[in-house]
Amino acid sequence: MNCDEAKMLLHALLDNELDAGHAREAEAHIASCPACAAELASQREMQRVLADTNLRYTAPTSLRIRIEASLPQPQRQQPSRRSVLRGFAMGSAVSALAASGVVAVVLRQDDQQRILSEVVSAHLRSLQAGHLIDVVSTDQHTVKPWFNGKLDVAPPVIDLTAQGFTLVGGRLDYIDARAIGAVVYKRRQHVVNLFVAQTSSTEHRPPKTQTMQGFNCRRWGERGLNFWAVSDIGADELAEFVDKFEAAMKANVEG
Amino acid sequence: MPANDDLQKAQRFREAALPHLDDVYTLARYLLRDASDAEDAVQECYLRALKHFDSYRGPAMKPWLFAILRNVCNAEYGRRAHRHSAIEDTPGAAEQTPIWQETEASPETEVLRSRDAGAIRKLIDALAEPFKETFVLREISNLSYREIAEAVGAPVGTVMSRLARARAMLRAAWMAEEEHSK
Repeated sequence: MNCDEAKMLLHALLDNELDAGHAREAEAHIASCPACAAELASQREMQRVLADTNLRYTAPTSLRIRIEASLPQPQRQQPSRRSVLRGFAMGSAVSALAASGVVAVVLRQDDQQRILSEVVSAHLRSLQAGHLIDVVSTDQHTVKPWFNGKLDVAPPVIDLTAQGFTLVGGRLDYIDARAIGAVVYKRRQHVVNLFVAQTSSTEHRPPKTQTMQGFNCRRWGERGLNFWAVSDIGADELAEFVDKFEAAMKANVEG
Repeated sequence: MPANDDLQKAQRFREAALPHLDDVYTLARYLLRDASDAEDAVQECYLRALKHFDSYRGPAMKPWLFAILRNVCNAEYGRRAHRHSAIEDTPGAAEQTPIWQETEASPETEVLRSRDAGAIRKLIDALAEPFKETFVLREISNLSYREIAEAVGAPVGTVMSRLARARAMLRAAWMAEEEHSK
């Protein structure tokens, strides 16, 4: 192998694109040629510095939301589903019609299943590098005001560090074609996403845990808000999280 | 009724394409060098991708999205930001500018100083096309040579020579700047 060939293959060598045979040949040449060895060393050095630097950009949340909004949305075909975030099911109108109606019950489960799947997808998305948190803070008095003006709802932000769940920040997310708030906690190395959406129903809905794709999701309704807590921690730990959160909320209200 | 199919398609598209949003946006930022142009191009890219999602047969989603983004950038924006700096990479041009020439003068002991991301992004932004694009796809988007070839519609050999030149040019610019700042 001559230098011309080696100088071309050197990049493929750097990028692990050479098969074993060519790699051996290129390495043999480089071992015997100081000029090519120097070239390889300097390119390797540059690659190392580049790899140590974050050269990627993060797409703005607004862009993500614009793209989501441009995709066909379920409610265009089924307008009734628009109400899902306002009430867990069909809103108070259906409740008033007596929730015992079979149709209503079926629709309710259908909607809830879809919302659950969206919540779990949002949780998964949040676990990708750089997506977890828009506002990074362990201070509830920083995270809470951050949501102001971004949502039609003020998600409660409570520090649960003392109870074993560390507040790490907040994020805008997108569920059922609407922007909603996500408050992010950590339990050891596990992420807990608490999604909060407004509902027209002020009725209390007891927590219920469901599992999807290996994630536990515990949802409940309180004070005119719907909550979904999603994590890969165990169902009992997630229930503990919800209990601690609700206890702290009540303490806040009473205090 | 096509409604349900559309919804299912949109859902499959969401799961397949949206996880790559940051990658697509990153490439758009380097190609267009403007945040709001990049946003518009990425949105257009996703619209087109959804439209052609039926014809998508794999294998990899990322090179496919990149190929669409390139078309959007070329068609809608004319890559105006750096048109003036484009260099022909015909074999003739490559002969005139040997790929190793730029760095041959550097002593092997010379070490690049770490710089902040902003300074390096500027150096990359200043690279001429089509070398910048190949470089970004390899070093930042982590595509394989074959995937780059697929995304830019060029043979693997061309990808290799563009990459070699891109690296040589970047290193030369980097060294020159360090020389300057001493």
